[in-house]
Amino acid sequence: MKLKIKKGVPLIDQHDKNFMYGGKFGGNFIPETLKKPIDDLTKLFSKLRKDKKFLKERDYHFKNYIGAPTPFIKLEKLTDHLGGAQIYAKVVSEANGGAHKIYNATVHCLIAKKAGKRFIVGDTGAGYAGKMLSMAAKKFGLKCKIFMGAKDIKRQRPNVEAMRKNGAEIVPVTTGSQTLVDAVSECMRYWVANCDTTHMCVGSTVGPNIFVKICAWSTAQISRELMLQVKEEFGKVPKKMKLLNCVGGGSSAMGFWNEFMDTDAEFIGIEAGGPKNSKLHAAPLTNGSKIGILHGSAQYVIQDSEGQIGRTESISAGLDYPGISSLHCFLKDSKRAKYTSASDEEALKAYQLVSKFENISPSLEPSHAFAEAIKLAPKLKSSEVIIVNSCGDSLKDKDIIKQKLGSYVR
Amino acid sequence: MKSKIAIAFDNCRKEKRPALITYTVAGDNTKNNSLKILNKISKYADILECGFPHNTPIADGGQIQGSSHRALKNGIKLKDVFQIVKKFKKQNPSKPLILMGYFNLIYQNGENNFLNNCKKSGVDGLIIVDLPYPENKNFANKCKKKGITFVQLLSPTTSKDRMKKIIRDSHEMLYYISMLSTTGGKLKVSPKKILENYNKIKRIGPKKNLVIGFGITDKTISSLKSANGLVVGSMLCKIITNSLKMRQNPVTKLDKVVYNLKNKII
Repeated sequence: MKLKIKKGVPLIDQHDKNFMYGGKFGGNFIPETLKKPIDDLTKLFSKLRKDKKFLKERDYHFKNYIGAPTPFIKLEKLTDHLGGAQIYAKVVSEANGGAHKIYNATVHCLIAKKAGKRFIVGDTGAGYAGKMLSMAAKKFGLKCKIFMGAKDIKRQRPNVEAMRKNGAEIVPVTTGSQTLVDAVSECMRYWVANCDTTHMCVGSTVGPNIFVKICAWSTAQISRELMLQVKEEFGKVPKKMKLLNCVGGGSSAMGFWNEFMDTDAEFIGIEAGGPKNSKLHAAPLTNGSKIGILHGSAQYVIQDSEGQIGRTESISAGLDYPGISSLHCFLKDSKRAKYTSASDEEALKAYQLVSKFENISPSLEPSHAFAEAIKLAPKLKSSEVIIVNSCGDSLKDKDIIKQKLGSYVR
Repeated sequence: MKSKIAIAFDNCRKEKRPALITYTVAGDNTKNNSLKILNKISKYADILECGFPHNTPIADGGQIQGSSHRALKNGIKLKDVFQIVKKFKKQNPSKPLILMGYFNLIYQNGENNFLNNCKKSGVDGLIIVDLPYPENKNFANKCKKKGITFVQLLSPTTSKDRMKKIIRDSHEMLYYISMLSTTGGKLKVSPKKILENYNKIKRIGPKKNLVIGFGITDKTISSLKSANGLVVGSMLCKIITNSLKMRQNPVTKLDKVVYNLKNKII
């Protein structure tokens, strides 16, 4: 049965009484201990999102702290080089801290304050979610602990240093694959044991339903800005417009697409295909993974036939996650969005090409989306528009880029 | 007809002591050893909990994670878990055995298929860590139809209203999580406080067999012995880890430890 998306209802609210989207994605598969804190948070959030004072506070910090709006630019040289569709970028990496993760982090800190919590914990893969949470925690006076896979600590050094500077405690996670999936597990385990004093921020649109909601609601700022910018540039939402976004957990894509849900804009999500010659990847939607339960939520997830969560591999730590937001599963099965993947090599090449021609330097995550733009643009007419969410800055990847390409110039 | 789990509790009540419930992981450290362990410790334990390992557990502490990791590394599959149970039940037909684990394995196996396998191998009860109430209502009913006890969990964060609903819909056994912690945490709440909460639950559901778990070791077990049952898990997993490190036989080691645990509650 094809799932349907309702018009005029925020996507995050299109769940049933069990918090499932389309009857099969999302939900709250959590230990009993977390039922109450999650219930409390659900109630608090539904109150706050209707509270004018809270919204004013949010908008104030989005504008003055994060820096709204982030630029919307045409990539003239890249467009000329490729020939075909007009390529634009929403340069979300210009947000304070250098990526979209700051929206979710800021909102979680504001909520934690309202809930009277003094401690905040979060997970991180690429280190962006952790860096932003540590920044926001510092700003709002919360004590912060970040769970990060030991492998990621090694490969995302610049963000680790930033977190330390912000006074956060970094807890290296040495279980399993020592990447994001284990960091999220460990963070949830910590919350199980400390939920009475501590607020948890899940770094993407994954986890129990309320975290999916808060995160997508926060990043929606990206498309609120973009809607105005698009209308200013084109006079209206162009008929043939593609919004390209990388997806790992899926938070930046949800934010990038949200306001365009009821328009004709086409959504394309690009997953991490992993190294070209490897069987491993982080692209559950592209590769037809089955539905499973991961971190409290039903979703398409890389797993074996028994239900053990599978290993992933990607050059970009931020996309290196076996599951994907229940919202993206919903968008896929309702055919509102299309999903494909780009390999490590394609992402690196795209990074190189974009940095060569343009004045932006996307991190390896959005480079996956640029790879798809580079593939698509020449096949399209010049009347068509591609917008890529450049949601992260390459600075954090300088070690990997240097190693793979010989040099890193910023 | 009374379930084997209910009979086990009745027998303990007659002896005026709590039921001793052990938790070990199927396949830790090998399939054979985990079966041997079950056979040995069933002399002293009244109910056996047997974990079917998952590689992304969100509520387990380091010790049980370690045991699960060893079992999975040895290639344990769900079908092996059922084999172990079947062999155990053949030798110990009246000893109740409860499987414990995470929902994704059941989801992939298919709920009905999983329950049929449980029935065939002789599983008496199920504890599913990440399938809370009321989402578990449907599955719990399926269990009931098969004569399998679905054990509902209660925690210090469970509100009184919620408790009433859970107890109303529960089967004959309930599990109270002693404190806010993953499994195997240090007992950070006083036994007195735990028993206070325990008694609150008992007042709502006096006829239910209520067991306490999380953080219980040989040091703390006797202070909680007024409960209907006490679960010891992480401590046993830790002993397997340590005996492997010291190149001792985990089977004989565990046999002794469970014997001692039993002596502390009679």
